[in-house]
Amino acid sequence: MIAVWQRLGKSTLERFSSIGRATSLLLGSLFSMPNIKKGTPLLIKQLYYVGFLSLTIVIVSGLFIGMVLALQGYTVLQGYGAEGSLGPLVALSLLRELGPVVTGLLFAGRAGSALTAEIGLMKATEQLSSLEMMAVDPLKRIIAPRFWAGMISMPLLALIFSAVGILGAHLVGVNWLGVDTGSFWSIMQAEVSFEKDILNGIIKTVVFAFLITWIALYRGYDCIPTSEGISNATTKTVVQSSLAVLGFDFVLTAIMFSS
Amino acid sequence: MVSRKIEILVGFFVSLGVLALVMLALNVANTSIGSNGETYTLKAKFENIGSLKVRSPIKVGGVVIGRVTNISLDKSDYLPVVAMEISKDYSNFSETTAVNILTSGILGEQYLGLNPGVLIGESDADDELNDLFGQEKLKILADGDFITDTKSALVLEELIGQFLFNQGGE
Repeated sequence: MIAVWQRLGKSTLERFSSIGRATSLLLGSLFSMPNIKKGTPLLIKQLYYVGFLSLTIVIVSGLFIGMVLALQGYTVLQGYGAEGSLGPLVALSLLRELGPVVTGLLFAGRAGSALTAEIGLMKATEQLSSLEMMAVDPLKRIIAPRFWAGMISMPLLALIFSAVGILGAHLVGVNWLGVDTGSFWSIMQAEVSFEKDILNGIIKTVVFAFLITWIALYRGYDCIPTSEGISNATTKTVVQSSLAVLGFDFVLTAIMFSS
Repeated sequence: MVSRKIEILVGFFVSLGVLALVMLALNVANTSIGSNGETYTLKAKFENIGSLKVRSPIKVGGVVIGRVTNISLDKSDYLPVVAMEISKDYSNFSETTAVNILTSGILGEQYLGLNPGVLIGESDADDELNDLFGQEKLKILADGDFITDTKSALVLEELIGQFLFNQGGE
């Protein structure tokens, strides 16, 4: 009986100390004095790796998801003679849900795992310790630029995803299935509101970006410095950030869209 | 040192993101009504508003001139009051204006249809005519005024009920 309690207590303590380490990592990288002159090139480099290199996967999947939505929506709406509502159907589902969530999942798989693996390998090869030996704060030099790169690029990627998805839906719906292009855009414009739909979508992506980059950086920084430890940490990053995105999506949707 | 190529590609990425935002904001979301964006508010009291919603369009002959901004219940007689935001470009509705709740198509959304009624002319001929018949000059509806001539939404259940009642009477 006491052994069970001990195990429970141990796992609880470990959980809490892990949350504590993650928070101190976050605060350390967020509130360390930024050095604009030295920090900007680091940030730009990370924006390239985290943002620009994710562009292909985001654009291609956005295009195909928009096209599939148009195809599926058309077959259902046609039964009611409401093909004109294809525009708002696609735009609202992309802006409110699919844009933030699918971009978040792709981002976790494409960029989050890479961040974890890179930082984990830095730890395993003792690059982080050598930085500390040279009196360079690894939180400032390694973690902070990656964190801000994630926070900046993920909302941009989600916006690109939604825009490309709507263009893909236009391609299939208007050019292929023959929905009237005027009603496609005008009903969409009547239904979609900037504050309610686009701005709330952006808020969602900012929250997701925060969660994904935080989890990825923490998992990398806190991994066991062996090859097995790095592989475990990478797996955990993808699984945990995907689950966090889906869970927080429900909470945010409940707050934003249920009146 | 960050190479030039990386800087250019990041610049491309960021501008693509901003471009997407601009496209979504201008092309996908609704832009505000009216050319200059200035609006004024009229109110109307209905028996039943059906499924009219805030942001439903207000149309004159099919042209959107404004949107519903607020729907509330008058506490004294428990009738719904609808506030309409109308573009300042169309600010000379007379007090004979009628407002109906209409439906676009069979399954479509409900909207407000304004019927301008007697138009208030700018020439003096109308004034002379009015003087001749001893009519009072028609007032122009100003900000905050109530439109009195209203027709409620058609509720399908009530229509069917009436129809059945009439059938039973024969």
